Amino acid sequence: MSGWMPIADIAKQVNAGELKAAEMVERALKVINNNKKYNAVIATMPDRANLRAKELDERIANGEYTGLLSGVPFIAKDNFLTFGSETTAASNILRGFNAPYQATAIERLEAEGAICVAKANLDAFAHGGSTENSDFMVTKNPHNESRVPGGSSGGSATAVMLDMAPFALGTDTGGSIRLPASFTGAVGLKPTYGLVSRSGVVAMASSTDVIGPIARTVEDIALVLEVMSGQDELDSTTIDRDPEPYTSLDRISLNKVKVGVIKEHMGDGVDADVRARIQATIELLKNSGADIRELTLPSLDLALAAYYIVVPAEISSNLSRYDGQRYGFSHRDATSLEESYNWSRSEGFGREAKRRIMIGTYVLSSGYYDAYYKKAQQLRTKLIDEFNQAFKAVDFLVGPVAPMTAFKIGENTKDPLKMYLADVMTVGVSLAGLPAISVPVGVDGDSMPVGVQLIGQQKNDRKLLSLAKEIQGLMS
Amino acid sequence: MAKLTREDVLKLAKLARLKLSEDEIVRFQGEITSILQYVEKLQAVDLKDVKPTYQISGLTNVTREDVIKDYGTTTEDLLKNAPATEGGHIKVKRILG
Repeated sequence: MSGWMPIADIAKQVNAGELKAAEMVERALKVINNNKKYNAVIATMPDRANLRAKELDERIANGEYTGLLSGVPFIAKDNFLTFGSETTAASNILRGFNAPYQATAIERLEAEGAICVAKANLDAFAHGGSTENSDFMVTKNPHNESRVPGGSSGGSATAVMLDMAPFALGTDTGGSIRLPASFTGAVGLKPTYGLVSRSGVVAMASSTDVIGPIARTVEDIALVLEVMSGQDELDSTTIDRDPEPYTSLDRISLNKVKVGVIKEHMGDGVDADVRARIQATIELLKNSGADIRELTLPSLDLALAAYYIVVPAEISSNLSRYDGQRYGFSHRDATSLEESYNWSRSEGFGREAKRRIMIGTYVLSSGYYDAYYKKAQQLRTKLIDEFNQAFKAVDFLVGPVAPMTAFKIGENTKDPLKMYLADVMTVGVSLAGLPAISVPVGVDGDSMPVGVQLIGQQKNDRKLLSLAKEIQGLMS
Repeated sequence: MAKLTREDVLKLAKLARLKLSEDEIVRFQGEITSILQYVEKLQAVDLKDVKPTYQISGLTNVTREDVIKDYGTTTEDLLKNAPATEGGHIKVKRILG
């Protein structure tokens, strides 16, 4: 099966009556069913999707315009609340949960005619970098079934690269959109913190959680962002969007652009193949006239340590709501309230969730708070200052998304700390709330994709997309 | 350097409302110790006069009108996911003895 057309073209043809929304849904569901062995998708929602497609086709037949994404099927990571199927966050504790309302992002996409067809697998509660921490199943890399797709939005990235839908939604707390995009060869955008409402998305670490699109091209990403972004009264952390449409990507003159290469991210700790691909991309930019400078951000080396204090702390707080009383798994044999809490949580949470809850509880507990949590938040300030300094000298920063390409399934599961190191180049951006995008820039010696990470200033998402589009052009 | 004892693990589990299996107690004692030792890299940095950053968007006190809006969600919808209900309420174990 050949790939999907650009999203804008699908919507245009559906609106013109040249394509039927029903055909788009049928096609997406067919590709999903033909690729079950990759474990990318937890649930499909054929009834709701077909009904919505039928309604759209009827409205179009009546001469109505039905939106920027009319008839475009998409897949949501299963930590987005949706109608039409359960929402589980790939965790046993939420198995059987039927959301009483939908995430704002889903509502906005649907209002422009997009159709959610399925829910994608993830590391349970988005805790992980490989999708191996799903309580249900391990997603396989679309290019090599013995490898991980990255995580935690591994199901979303795999679904896109297998053509199950033209785009998918992910969430990124410390790299969970960028890493799977890099490992699978997709384009994945982590927008500026606050640009997309998180209402109706299962919370992980509220001070860094963002949601964003995964697709095959920068243009598709821009269109999805255009529809999802902007303030939402249901999420008080949302910020103003760009007054210009995100789809009006300026042709950046690379002659004028200043790009900083992050020295800390190009060292010996990076696989030689990855470094070579990133170096080649930098050369291409240079040959197109870009002003390339090497920059150093000393605190970046400590970002991972700060991240694995701040994030478990917030996780331990956010996951306290799963207590077996109001929704989610509840242990039947408990005889007291205390037992009900303890037993429901112990049986419902997987090992990684418990591990992070325990770490978070430790760093927040009396006597340790100043030494860990406060210190991590101070490091965060220092890191933000260094990013601000860097952006006085350059327009963008560039480096790898990860020090490695997709690793083998099972390779890192025995050592949680080793698994955490996959996030080493993405977490700094998250702590600073910056926008960043992964764009594919070739493959390593084993034919596994390599992604370049482009980082912009807060609220400069449109500029970042413009640069990403230029790089996409240089690669083709 | 942090080194968790078995008692530390049990205390954390109690605070976090988790009942760990014997396997988990042993496993977490080692794993969490090594993660804490990794994050202790931060202890070597002098951050004495640096202000902590708790949120990054710069927004403060975002408020909205305190009005009731109909989102089309009924009490029944909200109670559907509750493990036990009675008379339109969520039923829990006895709280006061």
